Amino acid sequence: MGRISLEVNGRKVEKEAPDNTLLSTFLREHLQLTGTHIGCDTSQCGACVVHVDGNSLKSCTALAADVNGSKVTTIEGLETNGKMHPMQEAFKKLHGLQCGFCTPGMVMSAIDLLQKNKKPSDVEIRDWLEGNICRCTGYQNIVAAVKEAATKM
Amino acid sequence: MKDFNYHSAKDSKEASKLASSSSAFLAGGMTTIPSMKLGLATYKDLIDIKNIKKLSGIKVSGKSVTIGAATKHVEVSNSKDVKKAIPSLSSLAEGIGDPQVRNRGTIGGSIANNDPSADYPSACIALNAIIHTNERKIEANKFFKGMFETALKKGELIEAIEFQIPEKSSYQKHPNPASRYAIVGVYVAKHKGDVNVAVTGAKSCVYNDKEMSKALSGNFSSSSIDGMDLDSSEMNSDMHASADFRASLVVTQAKKAVDAC
Amino acid sequence: MASLVGSRVERKEDKRFLTGKGRYTADINLANQTYAIFVRSPHARASIKKLNIDKALKSSGVVSILTGKEIADDKIGGLIAGWAIRSEDGTEMKCPGNPPLAKDNVNFVGDPVAVVIAESLVEAKEAAEKVEVDYKVLKAVTSTADAMNGDTIHEGIDKNLCFDWLLGDRQKVKDAFDKADKVISIDIINNRLIPNAMEPRACVADYNAASEEITLYTTSQNPHLSRLIMSAFGNVAPEHKLRVVAPDVGGGFGSKINVYNEDIVCSWAAKKINRAIKWVAERSESFLTDIHGRDHVTHAELAVTKDGKFLGFKNETIANLGAYARVFGTVTPTYLFGPCATGVYEIPAAYTNVKAVYTNTAPVDAYRGAGRPEATYTIERLVEKASMELGIDKTELRIKNFPTAFPFKQTLVHTVDSGDYVAGMEKAKQMADYKGFEARRKESEAKGKLRGIGVTSYFEACGIAPSAAVMSLGCGVGLWESAEVRFNPTGQVTVYTGSHSHGQSHQTTFAQIAADELGVPIENIDIVHGDTDKGTFGMGTYGSRSLAVGGIAIVNACKKIVEKGKRVTAKMLEANPEDVEFKDGEFIVSKSNKKKTIGEVAFACYLPGVRDEMKSPLPEGDEPGLKETSFYDPSNFSFPAGTHIAEVEIDPETGHVKLEKYTACDDFGRIINPMVVEGQVHGGLAQGIGQALYENAEYDETGQLMTGSYMDYTMPRADNFPEFNIGYTCTHATTNPLGVKGCGEAGAIAAPPTVMNAVIDALGGQEVTMPATAEKVWKACKNLKKSNAKAA
Repeated sequence: MGRISLEVNGRKVEKEAPDNTLLSTFLREHLQLTGTHIGCDTSQCGACVVHVDGNSLKSCTALAADVNGSKVTTIEGLETNGKMHPMQEAFKKLHGLQCGFCTPGMVMSAIDLLQKNKKPSDVEIRDWLEGNICRCTGYQNIVAAVKEAATKM
Repeated sequence: MKDFNYHSAKDSKEASKLASSSSAFLAGGMTTIPSMKLGLATYKDLIDIKNIKKLSGIKVSGKSVTIGAATKHVEVSNSKDVKKAIPSLSSLAEGIGDPQVRNRGTIGGSIANNDPSADYPSACIALNAIIHTNERKIEANKFFKGMFETALKKGELIEAIEFQIPEKSSYQKHPNPASRYAIVGVYVAKHKGDVNVAVTGAKSCVYNDKEMSKALSGNFSSSSIDGMDLDSSEMNSDMHASADFRASLVVTQAKKAVDAC
Repeated sequence: MASLVGSRVERKEDKRFLTGKGRYTADINLANQTYAIFVRSPHARASIKKLNIDKALKSSGVVSILTGKEIADDKIGGLIAGWAIRSEDGTEMKCPGNPPLAKDNVNFVGDPVAVVIAESLVEAKEAAEKVEVDYKVLKAVTSTADAMNGDTIHEGIDKNLCFDWLLGDRQKVKDAFDKADKVISIDIINNRLIPNAMEPRACVADYNAASEEITLYTTSQNPHLSRLIMSAFGNVAPEHKLRVVAPDVGGGFGSKINVYNEDIVCSWAAKKINRAIKWVAERSESFLTDIHGRDHVTHAELAVTKDGKFLGFKNETIANLGAYARVFGTVTPTYLFGPCATGVYEIPAAYTNVKAVYTNTAPVDAYRGAGRPEATYTIERLVEKASMELGIDKTELRIKNFPTAFPFKQTLVHTVDSGDYVAGMEKAKQMADYKGFEARRKESEAKGKLRGIGVTSYFEACGIAPSAAVMSLGCGVGLWESAEVRFNPTGQVTVYTGSHSHGQSHQTTFAQIAADELGVPIENIDIVHGDTDKGTFGMGTYGSRSLAVGGIAIVNACKKIVEKGKRVTAKMLEANPEDVEFKDGEFIVSKSNKKKTIGEVAFACYLPGVRDEMKSPLPEGDEPGLKETSFYDPSNFSFPAGTHIAEVEIDPETGHVKLEKYTACDDFGRIINPMVVEGQVHGGLAQGIGQALYENAEYDETGQLMTGSYMDYTMPRADNFPEFNIGYTCTHATTNPLGVKGCGEAGAIAAPPTVMNAVIDALGGQEVTMPATAEKVWKACKNLKKSNAKAA
């Protein structure tokens, strides 16, 4: 058992949690932030991607204890004053999602890409998304959405 | 995942002191956490070494590049110094896993784990690396002992890896389509005097292919290894690639690497 | 008012998914809930000698442990096959019992034998490890081709044969083959796939002791159908005491049609322990226990004249059902497969014979396309081979055998109402720059690479299906769909549909349809689905039926609303109902030009009176309120069709296949929302290309799943695909008022043969099985080099 202090989506949270608590479990079960999804158990699908201190990571493959003291942003934390983030808007505009399950991780990962590469090419976008699996879209509209967002961010 | 005690060590000494027969060091956790989740590994204590300042960072001297054990893949791939000194090492780091793995995974973790299909061990062999631990210095060719096996003793902690800067080098891999780990990865490095051809993925442990090294040391051209028929008897064989296919890929990737040098 | 049908309307469902507010089953937590973990067989085939739960019961936090014995004692029924197939010799198919928890025998790795229910997930897992099961391990049957020679899996089912089914006329086919100049034959393996919806299956079951009602939240494509099956066959609760809710569902692709063991067990157990129970599959469980798809071994032959006219076709297939026959398990390799096996061609004589076998593997059922991808793969590989052997251009040979007139009476079952296959082919060739291929092939050769081009022309029977037709063929239910359109007194509309969206965009496309029919702004229309307590019974979503069947039910219910609206308007404006026209949300009396908006009419229907006057706007015989229901039963299947063209480049040194270009030209009839249709095509293509190049479910000979995680089962990623080139031709379906055909499965149907035809073209005609992995292709390249050297 340990005390986990994080700043999640701009809000300070402090909770007791067993040492084996994954960050994804902490977000979903302790903070009820269920937008972060669990799609696999081998750290590959990327549905659980969140930002920790500005970088994307798979929250199913990090201990809550391990990121103690960090700033965490989840899909729930992207809107400002009820307005969606340009990446969210672009996914909507270009139909970059269907069932919505992989979407939170996909969006969080894509935002991290644009933080690091402002104008990625198609190939760079597809390479970057290696850690995010989508079964619905065939990725084409996701790639288009990331490019669209790049013009707005 | 079975419960354990999490410790964050301030320095190598503390980390080493906390270590026991049922503990593991935790760096990026990219292998440790998934294997614990699947119940393939259980520990009583996890000793987080990420916060040990000394373990992170990249230093370049005239002859070598030294990378702290807790340095993340993304830091190696983005480092201008590494790009300049050993560009193939930077691009190897850029090709490990996915961006989230690279944001988190560390070079020390990769080497200590010695997965037979991991990328970094081949760099260590090809670049005549010296593994600095809290106790000693180990030459790479004495470090990797077998599948998931290294020369590290219990409680011994990798602090840094020192790579020799080659004249030319390149790393080429043929990835497993599912896991994206190397089915075969070949790191060719031409040093003054000799050439190393380090192969990962093909056998139970990374190795330096003597036959190709010899041929390339004589004539550093892909034509000197073209059509080479490697002995596949000790090569891995699984549903993703037979031993024969791996043997062929080793030559193909080595040729690509030489051409890319 | 501009029509919304046909426009790129952004999706109404997106905001919740994009902001983390989707509500999937695993997101649901009920007060005082417990957690379930299933104890599963580690063996593919074994008898259970002893099951001991004593130690596990003492484990901390355990609430209850239930086994196959309790479920049998409570007379809870097993899982069922939804379609009865009759063999060629007239005998009925043979199905074993499939109890939700195995009592005596286990038949695949993952078959559940007990459920452990505890206060926390961690405690449930720990206790589950303490359940002791003593198995007598038996020899497993795992190979599709050899299943009939293996040990008998289910007592009384000889040769592990469920049925031996024939569609077509063997004698006619023999006569046709006797007249042939040439017979092209092929042996095909249609590889086994795992659907892998990104949301793992899950359920939360709750019991209300006061109302004696069970509520089951589950990841289902068809909650009403699930309730029917759980009630009528599972004996879990009468239908009125069982509520099934399928909230946001993260993809299905057929894998969430079935009622699964966990649904029945958790519902039954929740009542037994009088507490809510939550179960969420881990991905490794999904790999083992979700239904799998495809898995056929086929020998097929095509009789042709020397100038390329097709005379006859035969298809001998062994289809793997896995351990048990499930809901669509038996129809997928028969009526969804056989009738489509002759493809888009006029072939005077044909038959399809299917032997469906049991093996000790996960049950095989409907996966995107279900039967039609297998059929299309068979005929299109055969046609491509014929083109090589006859030396006739692959597109010319196809055109030569296309039907020239519609309706087209296809050889075996279907009458295709509409289409223009030649137009589709010509457009696809143009889009793909078919003419320029030889130049591109030479460019690749100059780089030491092999380049190939592949074509597929397909049609599919979807929009399933006319009830009388399918029930005559053994289906256990009718495949109509329902809709209910409710106006609120203040003019907004709620549309209830019996179909279910798990990515298909119903909230948007159905609202577009209703908006056009009723002249109500789309933002004032809500689509409700997925809850048996809301709306009428419906059959759910699969077989590209939501629009072509469910959408028409909405149209028809809206038309009834308009009819009533006309009567009410006539009464209000003192006119004849026949003189009232409806357009853009207004009822207009043609003679006087007086009007009422549909909102005014709705208001009047709910508040039928006027102050100070005894007067109702409702005509005699019309009740208050504005709500109409339609149960639409289609008169025929719908028949999307098209031509796809792929180009690949192969590195002969590594065997790596790079998909360079992919062109799809489809005819889906009328398109409601082009943006949504594009998305459906892309997704289908990704799964079809996945089958051709990447995906494969592999069991070893003891029945262990070798590809049980994303480390070994290749899920296509973004970097596996080029940008798809999508286009359409359009002939409206003549059998439904919208003229729609369905688009969800096309990509998965057409892509496997298209890509494989290209790979095999690049390899000089050498057969390679799916998926065309680097090693298989590398070997073929080596052979090619040898044979080229010999020829030289």
